[in-house]
Amino acid sequence: MSVVTVQLGQCGNQVGLELFDVISNDAREAQRRTYGSACYDRFFHQTTNGELEARAVLIDMEPKVINHSMTKAAKSGKWRYGEKSHFSQKQGSGNNWANGFCVHGPRNKEVVEELVRREVERCERLAGLMPIMSVAGGTGSGVGTYVTQCLRDTFPKSFILNHLMWPYSTGEVIVQNYNSVLTLAKLYRLSDAILVHENNTIHRICSQLLNIKHITFSDVNRVIAHQLGSVLQPALTQDSYGTYSRNPLGIDWQVRPPSNFERTRGLPTHNFNRSLANLLILRGKDVYSAETGNFEEPALYTSWLPSNEAFNAWKSTVPFDKYEKSATLVNNSQSLLLPLDNIVEKAWNMFASRAYVHQYTKYGITEEDFLESFTSLEQVISSYRHLC
Amino acid sequence: MTQSVVVQVGQCGNQVGYRFWDLALREHAYVNKKGLYDEAISMNETHTNLAGGSVQAVLVDMEEGVVNQIRQGPLKDVFDSTQLLTDVSGSGNNWAMGYMTYGSAYREQIIEKLRKMAEHCDCLQCFFLIHSMGGGTGSGLGTRVLRLLEDEFPEVCRIVTSVYPSEEDDVVTSPYNSVLAMRELSEYADCVLPVENQSLMNIVNRIRRYSGKTGSAVRMDSTVISGHGGLSTGEKPFDAMNNIVANLLLHVTSSARFQGSLNMDLNEIPMNLVPFPRLHYLVPSLTPLYSLADVSMPPRRVDQMFSDAFSKEQQLIGAEPRHSLYLACALLLRGDVGVSDLQRNIQRLRPTLPFVWWNQEGWKAGLCSVPPFGHTHSLLALANNTCLKATFSRLKERFMKLYRKKAHLHHYLHVEGLEQSTFSEAVSSLSSLIAEYQQLDNTKDRVIPNAPRLSIAT
Ligand SMILES: Nc1nc2c(ncn2[C@@H]2O[C@H](COP(=O)(O)OP(=O)(O)OP(=O)(O)O)[C@@H](O)[C@H]2O)c(=O)[nH]1
Ligand SMILES: Nc1nc2c(ncn2[C@@H]2O[C@H](COP(=O)(O)OP(=O)(O)OP(=O)(O)O)[C@@H](O)[C@H]2O)c(=O)[nH]1
Ligand SMILES: [Mg+2]
Ligand SMILES: [Mg+2]
Repeated sequence: MSVVTVQLGQCGNQVGLELFDVISNDAREAQRRTYGSACYDRFFHQTTNGELEARAVLIDMEPKVINHSMTKAAKSGKWRYGEKSHFSQKQGSGNNWANGFCVHGPRNKEVVEELVRREVERCERLAGLMPIMSVAGGTGSGVGTYVTQCLRDTFPKSFILNHLMWPYSTGEVIVQNYNSVLTLAKLYRLSDAILVHENNTIHRICSQLLNIKHITFSDVNRVIAHQLGSVLQPALTQDSYGTYSRNPLGIDWQVRPPSNFERTRGLPTHNFNRSLANLLILRGKDVYSAETGNFEEPALYTSWLPSNEAFNAWKSTVPFDKYEKSATLVNNSQSLLLPLDNIVEKAWNMFASRAYVHQYTKYGITEEDFLESFTSLEQVISSYRHLC
Repeated sequence: MTQSVVVQVGQCGNQVGYRFWDLALREHAYVNKKGLYDEAISMNETHTNLAGGSVQAVLVDMEEGVVNQIRQGPLKDVFDSTQLLTDVSGSGNNWAMGYMTYGSAYREQIIEKLRKMAEHCDCLQCFFLIHSMGGGTGSGLGTRVLRLLEDEFPEVCRIVTSVYPSEEDDVVTSPYNSVLAMRELSEYADCVLPVENQSLMNIVNRIRRYSGKTGSAVRMDSTVISGHGGLSTGEKPFDAMNNIVANLLLHVTSSARFQGSLNMDLNEIPMNLVPFPRLHYLVPSLTPLYSLADVSMPPRRVDQMFSDAFSKEQQLIGAEPRHSLYLACALLLRGDVGVSDLQRNIQRLRPTLPFVWWNQEGWKAGLCSVPPFGHTHSLLALANNTCLKATFSRLKERFMKLYRKKAHLHHYLHVEGLEQSTFSEAVSSLSSLIAEYQQLDNTKDRVIPNAPRLSIAT
């Protein structure tokens, strides 16, 4: 089962690079051959002269970052990107989602689709597609959304997981909340699962847990790659009978409440984080004796999904990324409510004054498009807020 | 790689442009010598062009003097004759002459030259127009060129550096010319970086006073003030002032010319700093200017640089943004300044600066690793700020003083193609610009609640 990664924009191409680096190192040092080869099969294919080539397509509207990532991968001596698996133009999308979505995306549709198709055809079995991008800039967010839409059309049955980087709350892109709102509203409908990392949170991990003094994007990206890797690397589920056969992306993350469900209970208290579903991944020593009962507590979950369905555990006795033991939690819960609400609130305040809107309408999206995006995110917020 | 074309119009435009190219060439020569380039950058076409002799510029003046000097001076090999356009008699400090008479006469030739330059570019990203507001050619023909750019290259970003006249300018008609030009700037520029001669003069005088003192830290060979050591020799009256403007442009273009950890594309400037189409005037401030660095710079000095950027003395126009309302603010850093310096200083300064309620986090930053020659680091702040209301109101008053008496009006009305309505339209364009700033400024000390959110049927 293989995953085709699509790296978009500066962030996508920088995070993707670190991810493949972590994965290839982990696979090489794995004590079990089955683990190593399952992992290689997932993320790399071998060229005729035995080199490892990432199952990835690199896309940006400017050349610098892609050149850098390609060179750096080649210099590692361990793996590289496909010679022809990248596409760039001369000039970025200038932090403008509309420029990415309405101009650069459609203009380069054929080339990008062809690159992805080629990569998909190299897979014996396709587990899914994974676009990686930030939501704040112009290319990752705008072109990324457009490309996801094309992938949805071309591969209607394939699993699509979007990995999204949420922006720092201040200091980089002033229109980041608009770009985020436009991206999230569209992806919510297109994608099977959206995996989110927040730059602020990862930055805090770097400063407070890792004690890094002068934090760079490279530090931040290593943490992200480590977390992502531990989710995506081979692991065993209860029904996988000792072989790494499970689809690494293929859990049903889009849990939806039954349509006729009555909202009878009151609003949840603020400090309680109700989950729709949790996935716990344990790796390394003692994974089979680890006590996970607390995660199965029914009170954590909604009343309409029993905890044995809402909770999943994947395990692997192979230590990950040199850690003797590790645990990773992927959490579909109300914890994203606050950051999402924040983004929508800031963007909405800006929109109330129609500030910056002309920069977007210039490229062909309308005020109604904005309103539609706001409406659908308000709906998402409301559903999460009223989970019970 | 993307390229930009500099279009310098009129005496002031060409003199400032000259300082820009002189310093830019010097900066690149220095950087090459030190081997500061990484591989990616040595491929950079802007750089090869700079060093290889052909520079992306179009020089326009309706007199010959300044352009001839450039042609005979040390940079003579840098420009070739296809890039130059001159006439002999000038526009006589008359906007209408520049805009109408010369604008119509030279329209085709100018377009031709611009197209030629554009063809040299692999990916043309931006036009930089440099001109003064007070005379006839820069102001009139300059803004006509701006309009041609909009017609011919609608997708290419237009950033204008406009030198505004001092209150006691030699040119009597400068308020007319400035207000007539402003209407064009408001309509056709993506961004305007206004600079006032009075402010430049004040800064230069302060630097001279400092450097007069013995043991002062000011290095006179620094590019900020002196052209000395550059390719040209001998200083002309405006040189020191023009160097400041040239440095402003060096900063704005640094991300396109050199490597950096946080690149800021030129088209990201209007995207992030211009919330409403006409409010695209960005107040520049440049630091350090006179409190120059010694070479080993403790972090305290970096923080000082950030603070200075928001003080009145460092603004390149006579205004005080700190006491008005910020709509957005960009920090363009050069040299050994890191992301953590940036974050720390934004957090430190943020509480002291009023930002409009819907853009409380309205900061944009760029980091370019190569500092200006003679510095370890420097900062250009570009503020979209309502303080411009006062600047523009003063200009309007000066205009009205003449206009009420119809003083000198006949010089303009004689010019073919100019109607009296041009004047009234220009004033009302300026008035409505002032009103837009005023309206936003009115929200400054008010506590404005969040906009009521969309309610969703659940
Ligand atoms: N974690 C992480 N975030 C990044 C990185 N690079 C950029 N970002 C974040 O991404 C956002 C900016 O988007 P970019 O990815 O740089 O933009 P882009 O997709 O290239 O789009 P344009 O440059 O506007 O065409 C900001 O929120 C940054 O914090 C990175 O390497 N790691
Ligand atoms: N900062 C600066 N200001 C200048 C310079 N040259 C002229 N000025 C100012 O520009 C205004 C006059 O405009 P000029 O640029 O001389 O005029 P022009 O564009 O050549 O137009 P005409 O001479 O009327 O054809 C006045 O406000 C001068 O103070 C210069 O080199 N630097
Ligand atoms: Mg980019
Ligand atoms: Mg002149």
